[in-house]
Amino acid sequence: MAWSTRLFGKNYTFFTIKEILAKAGEEKSGDVLAGIAAGSNEERIAAKRILAELTLKDLRENPVLPYEEDEVTRVIDDGLCKGVYKSICSMTVAEFREWLLCHNTTCEDIRRVSVGLNGEMVSAVSKLMSNMDLVYAASKIRVVTKNRTEIGLPGTLSYRIQPNHPSDSVEGIMASVMEGLTYGSGDAVIGINPNEDTVENTVKLLNASYDFIMEWAIPTQNCVLSHVTTQMKAVEDGGKACMFFQSIAGSKSCNKVFGVSSAILDEAFDMIKREGYAAGPNLMYFETGQGSELSLDAHHGADMQTLEARTYGFGRRYMPFMVNNVSGFIGPETLYDGKQITRSSLEDHFMGKLIGLPMGMAPCYTNHVKVDQNDQETAIMLLAMAGANYYMGVPGSDDCMLSYQDTSYHDDATLRELLGLRPAPEFEKWLETMGIMKDGKLTPIAGDPSLFSTITPRGRR
Amino acid sequence: MALFKDDQIENVVQKILEELKNKSVSTEINPQTNNRQTMEFSDITEYSLFEKTFIKNPIDQEYLSRLKSLTPARIALGRTGPRYLTVPWLRFKADHASAMDAVFSDVSKDFLDQMGLFTIKTVVRDKDEYLTRPDLGKILSEEAKEEIRKHCTLKPQVQIIIVDGLSTKAIEANIPDFLPALLEGLKAHDLEVGVPFFIKFGRVPVMDDVNEVIQADVLVELVGERPGLGTATSMSAYLCWRPKKGTVESDRTVVSNIHESGMPPVEAGAHVASLVKKIYDKKGSGINVNI
Repeated sequence: MAWSTRLFGKNYTFFTIKEILAKAGEEKSGDVLAGIAAGSNEERIAAKRILAELTLKDLRENPVLPYEEDEVTRVIDDGLCKGVYKSICSMTVAEFREWLLCHNTTCEDIRRVSVGLNGEMVSAVSKLMSNMDLVYAASKIRVVTKNRTEIGLPGTLSYRIQPNHPSDSVEGIMASVMEGLTYGSGDAVIGINPNEDTVENTVKLLNASYDFIMEWAIPTQNCVLSHVTTQMKAVEDGGKACMFFQSIAGSKSCNKVFGVSSAILDEAFDMIKREGYAAGPNLMYFETGQGSELSLDAHHGADMQTLEARTYGFGRRYMPFMVNNVSGFIGPETLYDGKQITRSSLEDHFMGKLIGLPMGMAPCYTNHVKVDQNDQETAIMLLAMAGANYYMGVPGSDDCMLSYQDTSYHDDATLRELLGLRPAPEFEKWLETMGIMKDGKLTPIAGDPSLFSTITPRGRR
Repeated sequence: MALFKDDQIENVVQKILEELKNKSVSTEINPQTNNRQTMEFSDITEYSLFEKTFIKNPIDQEYLSRLKSLTPARIALGRTGPRYLTVPWLRFKADHASAMDAVFSDVSKDFLDQMGLFTIKTVVRDKDEYLTRPDLGKILSEEAKEEIRKHCTLKPQVQIIIVDGLSTKAIEANIPDFLPALLEGLKAHDLEVGVPFFIKFGRVPVMDDVNEVIQADVLVELVGERPGLGTATSMSAYLCWRPKKGTVESDRTVVSNIHESGMPPVEAGAHVASLVKKIYDKKGSGINVNI
């Protein structure tokens, strides 16, 4: 089978749907590095032209990695709601785009269709969308999740405090947590990336963060972002965890490099349901981002965006509390500059929401790429308009352990003010009792972590 | 339009100068600028990230200072509205600028001449290609291989290569102290060392291609690490027993975080020399060899 069209009288022919998907994507250095990107701007539009005419059925029947060979394909296809799928499968990608953007199509309509979509369909439609299309369509879709507390409600914007420390000092970590709380950050999770991925260290950080939450009666949840198997052993050894974290990817081989499979994640999900410190039902936390398959040589000739969409399809199996997209974490060989990082973040946020995931965004940057704080701030303002569930809160944007830049406590507070958004309701009440927020606004003492020295904790140890 | 009489202007200038002086800002006459007064401001990159707090009238300054002493994270920053105060904002920008400059500049020719290092290149054409094509930074050009044959002793016990990697500043900051310490250490261990040289636009695995030509027993590669905001001058040493095409990363022994406030370069040079000796004696390197 081949697909062909003419543009300005010139003929373009493509031989697989995988090729059409790769060439229809907006330009990204990672797809160029893989040798699968469109060879010219015109060829890119020719591929989009053909993609627009494919049906959702074509995309289900031609996954970029075969069902027989790839576990991610199997998890997604086996989990698809076949009835919903039948009701939409004859739509072309162009019709699907127009349906998503139509005034009559509501959040509920889109959420009903979600369960019949796979990664390839979601990637395809977003390849026909402009940045504003992606923001507009995503802004319709709310995905609300609950761990100990609920996030993602309309009118709210939440944050993960990311209080990392280069040598995992508990006191140093807690100093950053206190600073974050006084900016109203931390309603999504207090999530620590350990420098040392050991069971002992994970238990130490889990219990320090959990005990702090209890002592101060904070309506939030904790997580330590070691490898999921380390966290499982930590829970066996008495670690108090509200959720399990893991990085996941869109191909079986990349998940293998990450040290996970659906069997391992099934076991983890089962364990956190039994042993975790939160009622849920959303008990998993995933990290994703375009380019991991490419950088680990596990892309099999598929484009970064489609693999990312497949990652969401795979993650959906575990009803995650939060999904954390980190476009920009790898480097310029995958996303070249601020324009590509912004575009990828908007695609990923939309694709994740469309598949039904609670997307949090971290358009971040390393120091070997032509991106700076201005690019990051532009991206997060757009993503906030698109309705992202949460962002990171990193002190002064500088992660002093992971050595990259992410959104800061200051950015978090600013975004809420700009768009009139509030913290998660229970958390906002807590901020009021601490004197940090009043009527949705930061008070004069907000931003001063020394207020913790003068207040007696209301919780219990 | 004269809003002030001259002596009033003079008074205002004097007052501001006094105020600035009190805020540890000094003024001095710069003879280069025709006796015009130069106002000199303090270096914002000198304050310690473990000490400085910016919150005006905190509830408990002692407690705040203690929190700040516990972490290099940028806390106790204060705010105006929800945004940064100007000095910590500019400090962040300065640290980022330093990191960017470390990546996007070249190791200077003068420096390489002073160190007596000749230069070869990988097949990468420019910095942009270097950053977007990590695969090409591992491959030496034919001319480069020819240069090696021309200048180097083949089959030495130890070969040292210096590679720009992602921080040229790391090379310029550490090599002057590190290299003499390493050479001295290797001499003390009775190991014979080939002619060291510099590789532009290189990635860590370029050592495999180098050793296809040189065939050293132990290859020592010194490479600039990707800069963080904390330091832009961190260097790593990768050591490998007889690297060749197909060598995997786990076969290399790594010493990272070599810089003035991490593992200082002189100590690191001596440490790496002793590791080279162990690798030479055990005829192996990496995580599967107990060194």
